[in-house]
Amino acid sequence: MNIHEYQAKEIFRRHGMPVPPGDIATTPDRAGELARTYGGSVVVKAQVHAGGRGKAGGVKLAKSADEARSHAEKILGMEIKGLTVEKVLVTPTEDIASEAYVGVIVDRSSKRPVFMVSREGGIDIEEVAATNPEAIRRLTVDPRYGLLPFQAYWLAASLYDDVKQQRAAAKIMGQLYEAFIASGASLAEINPLITTPSGEVKAIDAKMNIDDNELFRRKDVEALRDTSSEPPSEIKAREASLTYIKLDGSIGAVVNGAGLAMATMDLIKFYGGEPANFLDIGGSSNPEKVVNALDIITSDPNVTVILFNIFGGITRCDDVANGIVTATGQMEMKVPLVIRLTGTNEEEGVRILEEAGFSASTSMDDVVKRAVEQAQ
Amino acid sequence: MAIFVDRDTRLVVQGITGRDGSFHTQQMMEYGTRVVAGVTPGKGGQSFDGGAAGSVPIFDSMDTAVRETGANTAVIYVPPAFAADAVMEAAEAGITFIVAITEGIPVLDMTRVYPYVKERGARLLGPNCPGALSPGRAKVGIMPGQIVREGNVGVVSRSGTLTYEVVYQLTQAGIGQSTCVGIGGDPIIGTNFIDCLEAFEADPETAAVVMIGEIGGTDEQEAAAYVKQSLSKPVVGFIAGQTAPPGRRMGHAGAIISGSAGTAEEKMQSFEDNAIQVMKRPSDVVELIRGVL
Repeated sequence: MNIHEYQAKEIFRRHGMPVPPGDIATTPDRAGELARTYGGSVVVKAQVHAGGRGKAGGVKLAKSADEARSHAEKILGMEIKGLTVEKVLVTPTEDIASEAYVGVIVDRSSKRPVFMVSREGGIDIEEVAATNPEAIRRLTVDPRYGLLPFQAYWLAASLYDDVKQQRAAAKIMGQLYEAFIASGASLAEINPLITTPSGEVKAIDAKMNIDDNELFRRKDVEALRDTSSEPPSEIKAREASLTYIKLDGSIGAVVNGAGLAMATMDLIKFYGGEPANFLDIGGSSNPEKVVNALDIITSDPNVTVILFNIFGGITRCDDVANGIVTATGQMEMKVPLVIRLTGTNEEEGVRILEEAGFSASTSMDDVVKRAVEQAQ
Repeated sequence: MAIFVDRDTRLVVQGITGRDGSFHTQQMMEYGTRVVAGVTPGKGGQSFDGGAAGSVPIFDSMDTAVRETGANTAVIYVPPAFAADAVMEAAEAGITFIVAITEGIPVLDMTRVYPYVKERGARLLGPNCPGALSPGRAKVGIMPGQIVREGNVGVVSRSGTLTYEVVYQLTQAGIGQSTCVGIGGDPIIGTNFIDCLEAFEADPETAAVVMIGEIGGTDEQEAAAYVKQSLSKPVVGFIAGQTAPPGRRMGHAGAIISGSAGTAEEKMQSFEDNAIQVMKRPSDVVELIRGVL
């Protein structure tokens, strides 16, 4: 789960990190008011779950409350990478002497949290990694001991030469690690960590991604979810315990298992079609899930055919067949269904479908080819 | 031989009384796996009734279960909140092969579990995996027993049902398997592709390997380099997620393209660069495997 910059900053503040003040506006007037309380000179920043906000024109400097108001007017409602900006963060401008990068992620190869720091901050860190990898220093943390003080100093000293700034940065490293662990994050980033002309060290941007698997035990973090930034169909899917991602094609797919769902999308493309979605009904055998899945897919107006690809393991073919029969009885189907059922209770599933007037194939290639033909 | 699970597997089921645990214990017993114990705290002294397949004693703790029954392998069906603890309990009790089926274990939990297990000399398979099945010998996990067949092709995969699809294609074509292993779809897993390739290389009964990867991370690329360097047996590969959009988690927590890294193209290219024949679709497995056997 992604959270917004202003939410990540709030978490950082709670862990004692030096983060400048700031508040959220959903109207230009409110943005103007906030700018006035901060003395006029502010940054207006779009709050959307997308990178490259600056390049897209979603981050603007203002010298007065009026200017902040007019920037907010342009940014609110703007689309960045397909997402509509509903909120802006208004925060006082800072004088910047230097910009550094600090990030902590869960690293897949070392299977541990890894810090990455660089004196080159404020820019895309992936770009730095690609063009100038020596500019990034990495440190692996043993999660059983946490970030040790000497490690925090090593990181800080690779960013700053001034002893006071090293001390301040080392403290921030420790606080960032605490925030990372306490929030169940998979990524926590300060980009940039700045120094001011007077020598202070501050975090002026913040980014956090939360591991979805943590949410069951972190209701406070779950509460930060911004559903206004998600397509309604994906929210509905999550509430029904389905994994659904909307794409742009015309072939709706209902599949059990993530790997098979991806492979089904790929095979649609292989035979010349375009998938309308990724949808994994998961391993459970609940006919209700099929009903919900069909409900979500049929609400996508681009869909011209619906493909079921079910390989029964834990999922039972008869349950899926019952779900299909129930769903098609409840809702008017405007598009054809192409069904593949194999595995656990296959015969029973096929019988249920045939009695209801459907046919089912056992081959994945066959059904995908047929779906592609029917979509055209 | 086969790898990881075989006739000498003595299995203890953690979470044996739960809905999934009891269903799959029955399936594993019917397949012929030696299930010697179950563990559910508070239910020690009871037993699991597997009908014609026999009954299994239940213990309160792994420590007692292992001491009383000589179990050497554990399979975990407990909910995500308790699964990390269950893995560590198994390792502490002296289990050497631990299979974690549970989906949804927090990744930060796994950063602590992994070194704990490793330091005790145990191997962890998963989490969020379908387990391991050596046809005709032992089935540990949730893979359907009816789709496999005894043979000499090793199968290793990050996925569940996609593995079944590929295995089913092989079986229908009369090509059997030595062991089918699902390593799991999470970002941090106990056993990776290289570990399985190493084991298949050492297994005299495996003649060729099918490797099924997906988007996200670099495990497939590292495995491809390993194949070129250290494997004498032929490998064919598949990558799921060619049409996956970047930045979205495709069901599996680990199946996500971050920035421009971990794409299907990149992985397929690294397969080709390292003498691994690439399947364009799951059904290509039959022709490619016939070509190398």
